[in-house]
Amino acid sequence: MSTSSTSALPTNPVIPILRTERMPHIWCPGCGIGTTVNCFARALVESKLPLDKVAVVSGIGCTGRVAGYVKLDSFHTTHGRAIPFATGLKLANPDLTVVVYSGDGDLIAIGGNHFIHAARRNADLKIICVNNFIYGMTGGQVAPTTPVGALATTSPYGSYERPFNLPYLAESSGAVYVARWTAFHVRHITRSMVKAFSKKGFAFIEIIAPCPTLYQRRNRLGTGLEAMQFYKQKSVIKNGASTKDVEISFQGEIVVGEFVNIERPTLRQAMDLQLQRTLASRSATRK
Amino acid sequence: MNEAITPEAPPAVARSRKLRGIVYIDWDLCKGCGFCVDFCPTKVLALSEEFNAHGYHPPYLLPERTCTGCDLCGLYCPDFAIFSVRVPIETEPSEGGSSES
Amino acid sequence: MKADPKMVLTGVHFLDGDQACCEGAIAAGANFVAGYPITPSTEIVERYASRAPKVGGVFLQMEDELASSIAIQGAVWGGAKAFTVTSGPGFSLMMEHIGFAAMTETPCVFVDVQRGGPSTGLPTLPGQADVMQARWGSHGDYEIIALCPNSPQECFDLMIDAFNLSEQYRVPVMFMMDECVGHMTEKVVIPPADAIDVFPRRYTSLPPEEYFPYRPGPDGIPEMVKAGDGYHFHITGLTHDEQGYPAMTWQEQEKLVRRLVEKIRLNGERLERNETHGLEDAEIVIVAYGISSRVALHAVQMAREQGLKVGFLRPLMLWPFPEKTVRELAHRVKAFVVVEMNYGQIVYEVERCAAGEARTVLVPHGGGTVHDPQEILKAICEVAQ
Repeated sequence: MSTSSTSALPTNPVIPILRTERMPHIWCPGCGIGTTVNCFARALVESKLPLDKVAVVSGIGCTGRVAGYVKLDSFHTTHGRAIPFATGLKLANPDLTVVVYSGDGDLIAIGGNHFIHAARRNADLKIICVNNFIYGMTGGQVAPTTPVGALATTSPYGSYERPFNLPYLAESSGAVYVARWTAFHVRHITRSMVKAFSKKGFAFIEIIAPCPTLYQRRNRLGTGLEAMQFYKQKSVIKNGASTKDVEISFQGEIVVGEFVNIERPTLRQAMDLQLQRTLASRSATRK
Repeated sequence: MNEAITPEAPPAVARSRKLRGIVYIDWDLCKGCGFCVDFCPTKVLALSEEFNAHGYHPPYLLPERTCTGCDLCGLYCPDFAIFSVRVPIETEPSEGGSSES
Repeated sequence: MKADPKMVLTGVHFLDGDQACCEGAIAAGANFVAGYPITPSTEIVERYASRAPKVGGVFLQMEDELASSIAIQGAVWGGAKAFTVTSGPGFSLMMEHIGFAAMTETPCVFVDVQRGGPSTGLPTLPGQADVMQARWGSHGDYEIIALCPNSPQECFDLMIDAFNLSEQYRVPVMFMMDECVGHMTEKVVIPPADAIDVFPRRYTSLPPEEYFPYRPGPDGIPEMVKAGDGYHFHITGLTHDEQGYPAMTWQEQEKLVRRLVEKIRLNGERLERNETHGLEDAEIVIVAYGISSRVALHAVQMAREQGLKVGFLRPLMLWPFPEKTVRELAHRVKAFVVVEMNYGQIVYEVERCAAGEARTVLVPHGGGTVHDPQEILKAICEVAQ
């Protein structure tokens, strides 16, 4: 079915990591998730990571379906629990690069507790959070990222809850790499992903992406393409900005960029260091 | 009539003074979202009038337009239905210019 | 395969059930534990946290039971042998992930040191009221194996069996202790490593292009892989086909769920494990498990002294329930007297298998302490008339 699989023709760079037998995917026309997967594929190539050692863990939701479409060791786990699954996976097999690829509802609502703790611990996980401001898979309910005033099926009169500022949440919980881009910023996303793969510790990339069928349509914001054009116009790159200042309001300016890039011991490093120290001093005192 | 790349049809070749690119389109994977058309820096694509098997209008290469092979279409396409590659030019000195944004 | 000597604390020890359970797991090769403190199970993970660096294991206290119950599964898919530990309220939280383990056929062990319930109940006192939950707690159709020790020695021995069964059947195994057994201290003999059989994980030897994650072998169980070995496999909690891909049709559902259920159910007879006394001439059979079984046995002895023909049946494996044994007994005994620290759970299984051929009587207890053996004896005498 895919032309790029015939031997005479070159192949789409995404093909090596795509389960082509499962195409076409279930995402809507104009949905931004597929765009992020292209960036992911190119980032993997650029980072030269051995594909046998890359594992993708997803939760439930539209973005959660990424695990099923990538031709890597991939795990489609329960709603909100991709991060603890990934924590166990990485600790059991430290050679793996473990990528958690999931949506805003999955990672931040039901998964919120796990998110902040993994960041606190600096678990060596690469979190790709596709934020479409809504619960897509279940038909468009309000999410903890939905901007105030936006319509959703469970906030039919407009959302009134202040949404999370994800980069701020990630940074204050302890993430060592925090970036936000929109699906328009394909090259920046790719670069951030490459950085995240080699970064030791909890790396968080938020990607604002369109949900044309639900968020866009219910809020009369047009098609996926119109969302992408909106991102192009209304986003402003401010690398190094303070994450406190990057809140998103309904159809307001979107501050994108790399906000945090620091070093601190990962969960495993901290664990090993502490154990070594204590066990060494205890055996010393026993002598 | 379209110039999409299918195993049966020949590739659409863009002619250019410096750079050439070839666009490959998977006609039936496309969902007609229009990202590729809008974000192509040299505006070589347009959505065709024809439908694919799923009822969408896939893109085609506009005649007399210059595809540079930057592959932004491929990067943007959420359905993995299009990509482009640079083609080395033998007769003219190739410059490593970039048309990427 | 034999146990790793580095992980076996060979010797004669004086341990409580919680500690013995931990040692049993380590002897079986458990090298990853994620847990959350909850009375009366906390000592198990405390001991593991302390033993872990010395046996090459990793312990992580997670933020809640939801995280613990899935972190162990991530670790299993990374190649580790893992278990988690909890009590009633945490067991309830773990239900979704027990279902996930059953659905994805992830070998792991869940220890529930039962306490008084429902809800917060009696954190420091025993109960046996999670038994049905162990079997039916998660949504959907699936089968699990549940073991029930009644002494610290059994906490050690049966933990090894729990891991072996989970590997053999690629199923989550519930280890149903109770606060009494967990906190009682008794002699525990830990044998040398070469006397301990460990069932190795059923890793495939097929190359990636021939391997299907959920293609069952002749015994209905598929071979396993782990991440990082080049298989590029996919697992999902959605109903899936042999490749592990979501396949949400009723035909695939029928195929998959039937296999998940049958791989345990059809092996029920082979799996049965009971302690029995005096069944040969019994007219009345006491059925009891866990701590209640020790009290019940005392009542059985008292009854025998009074000349009553009373037998004793203690399932060490609660699930799958020992249907065959109970059915056969029902043909010839007058009655079953079920002694459990709840208001009726295993009694329904006994009644179901007795199929009306023998009377089934419950000696319930709300929990918080053990039965009074006199109470049990009274019930036996009433039935005997």
